[in-house]
Amino acid sequence: MAKMTLEALRALREEKKSALNKRDVEGKTAQIVVGMGTCGIAAGAKGALDGFLAAIDEYKLDNVAVTQTGCMGLCYVEPTVEVIVEGMPNVIYGKVDAEVAKKIVKDHVMHKQMVSEHVFDRPAADIFNGGGK
Amino acid sequence: MALRNYILVCGGTGCESAGADSIYKNLISECELQGVADEVQIIKTGCFGFCEQGPIVKILPEDSFYVQVKPEDAKELVSEHIVKGREVARLLYNKNESKKHAKVEDIEFYQKQFRIVLRNCGFINPENIDEYVAREGYAALEKVLFEMTPDDVINELKVAGLRGRGGAGFPSWMKWNFTKQVEDDVKYVVCNADEGDPGAYMDRSTLEGDPHSILEAMTIAGYTCGASKGYIYIRAEYPLAIKRLEIAMGQAREYGLLGEDILGSGFGFDIEIRLGAGAFVCGEETALLASIEGERGMPRPRPPFPAVKGLWGRPTVINNVETWANIPVILLKGGEWFSKIGTDDSKGTKVFALTGKIRNSGLVEVPMGTTLREIIFDIGGGIANGREFKAVQTGGPSGGVITKEHLDTPIDYGSLTGLGSMMGSGGMIVMDEDDCIVDVTKFYLGFSVDESCGKCSPCRIGGRSLYNLLDKITKGDGEMEDIDKMKEIGAAMKKASLCGLGQTAPNPILSTLHYFEKEYLAHIKDKRCPAGKCKELISYNILADKCIGCTACARKCPVDAIIGERRQLHRIDPDLCIKCGVCLETCKFGAVFVR
Repeated sequence: MAKMTLEALRALREEKKSALNKRDVEGKTAQIVVGMGTCGIAAGAKGALDGFLAAIDEYKLDNVAVTQTGCMGLCYVEPTVEVIVEGMPNVIYGKVDAEVAKKIVKDHVMHKQMVSEHVFDRPAADIFNGGGK
Repeated sequence: MALRNYILVCGGTGCESAGADSIYKNLISECELQGVADEVQIIKTGCFGFCEQGPIVKILPEDSFYVQVKPEDAKELVSEHIVKGREVARLLYNKNESKKHAKVEDIEFYQKQFRIVLRNCGFINPENIDEYVAREGYAALEKVLFEMTPDDVINELKVAGLRGRGGAGFPSWMKWNFTKQVEDDVKYVVCNADEGDPGAYMDRSTLEGDPHSILEAMTIAGYTCGASKGYIYIRAEYPLAIKRLEIAMGQAREYGLLGEDILGSGFGFDIEIRLGAGAFVCGEETALLASIEGERGMPRPRPPFPAVKGLWGRPTVINNVETWANIPVILLKGGEWFSKIGTDDSKGTKVFALTGKIRNSGLVEVPMGTTLREIIFDIGGGIANGREFKAVQTGGPSGGVITKEHLDTPIDYGSLTGLGSMMGSGGMIVMDEDDCIVDVTKFYLGFSVDESCGKCSPCRIGGRSLYNLLDKITKGDGEMEDIDKMKEIGAAMKKASLCGLGQTAPNPILSTLHYFEKEYLAHIKDKRCPAGKCKELISYNILADKCIGCTACARKCPVDAIIGERRQLHRIDPDLCIKCGVCLETCKFGAVFVR
């Protein structure tokens, strides 16, 4: 990509903003975001990530995107994962290993049922939600 | 089929013991009774951290946050909220509660936390510049380059009242202004990412989760102060943060957000990463600059300050990661918006790494003025394993302890210094009654002694002498005059040391001597460690009426110090015992105790 002008950057921002709001990654309707900071990785986030990929493969789902993010701040329940599915509230799951990952794909993504005992709360408001008007 | 509502019932230990399980069961039966069972899923969650207000029930997608719910409230929650779609006002959390101390008037949130620095952490993909751009990324840079003069930027920071987050709390606008005012054709911008306090990982998480925010902020400083080159000094132990910074820099260069002629403005700026070998003293700004120059990481006397004469003798703006991460938000939303958050003396938020004997350890960001009690009990969920809170250590090896009596102090730079501790970079280690204050203090002092660069004698010799005295006390050889000696050496080190490391290294001792003198006296006079931690002062024993002679402890003992036949009372030989504590962990009958 060539260097951007001011106009190009602004256009990109608008375009990506709507994509990010819908969390629409290349037409996928569900997104699984794995917390992959040093802390998450040390607690086993890679195992969770592999668990998600394996489950998506096993159930032959083609509408699920798996991406990564940094630390969500919930160190005591690492690895943490956010699951975004159309028509459902966004949910943060904690203590996710490969087995829980499979359950999340089956129950949450496919049957729209949350997985008990692993739901946690996004712990903070940030400048984009709840504040900063 | 998609469900209409999800009812989340907190399943943390605090809420469970307050009846969350009955609430959960009642909600299930009420939903069936009222005929909505097919439209609702009821889920048990992990701890919400709000244990003092528990049991907690949260209903999605409305995000209604109900507190102090009783089992008999289940009926009303279902009939009102689920069936009729009306919130049950009497159980809703009063959002104003969380803003009592923090004065965040125009922000609606039930959580005690508010994220400015960590706004993107755990939300965007840090390796994708587009996601950062979508969250108003590089919009502050745009505004600065095309709509603001350097003086406007400095003025905005002045209105905001941002102070350095590295520990000392120097007003950021003044630093920037000093550098801006010096006439020189070469100036530098430096990011201090040499985070080294034990138990602190705020900066690492910020860099790993949101690297572009640092690049954007440094570029803004370059434009403001007239620098075209920046350095990020980061320790080599942070490989993931380094990798993500490198990816981010590559993407920013590709988009033309770093390099020549940024966005066609004519202004050029680029950044280079310099790896540190992990010496704590290199977090001190003059030692850090020496290390970037390729010299040994040692501090030098100030003045001249780096803002005037820094890297290679040129004017240099140096801020730490958290300070940088605030900059784009301040310029985008305005200094006035920022100044409304926090206290009179300290504006904005502070990130803390909450660790130790806390139930919910984590990375938290709270408005300045939030109390320690709110952080430890409302966010952290209180002390683990039902133990008593003893003290919290803030400021790492440069700080001190804060006790129960001061839990309600609103946190800001001034209040923590007033209590004999300091803000530091944001490590917060919670201690319970099982932690020995003298032992913990020895740990922190040992860290400072190891990390002293040795250049000035107050730090090099004073630190070692203090450590030797503490060591003597924990071994039961302490004398009463040692306390006065420690106070005297500590005071001298504070006054005479060259840099922050030596000036603050006695703080853990001075602070604990002030608040926990009794515990020192127990070690010195009674030769006793009340917390049972100092090995030379304790002994393991077996209670005659509890021991059933199962031999479990004897089989585990690594030095065969436990004597006794099967089904007969066991005894620990004090001469052989190495006080490892394995017997205490092994015994199922509570027969082993520490004296």
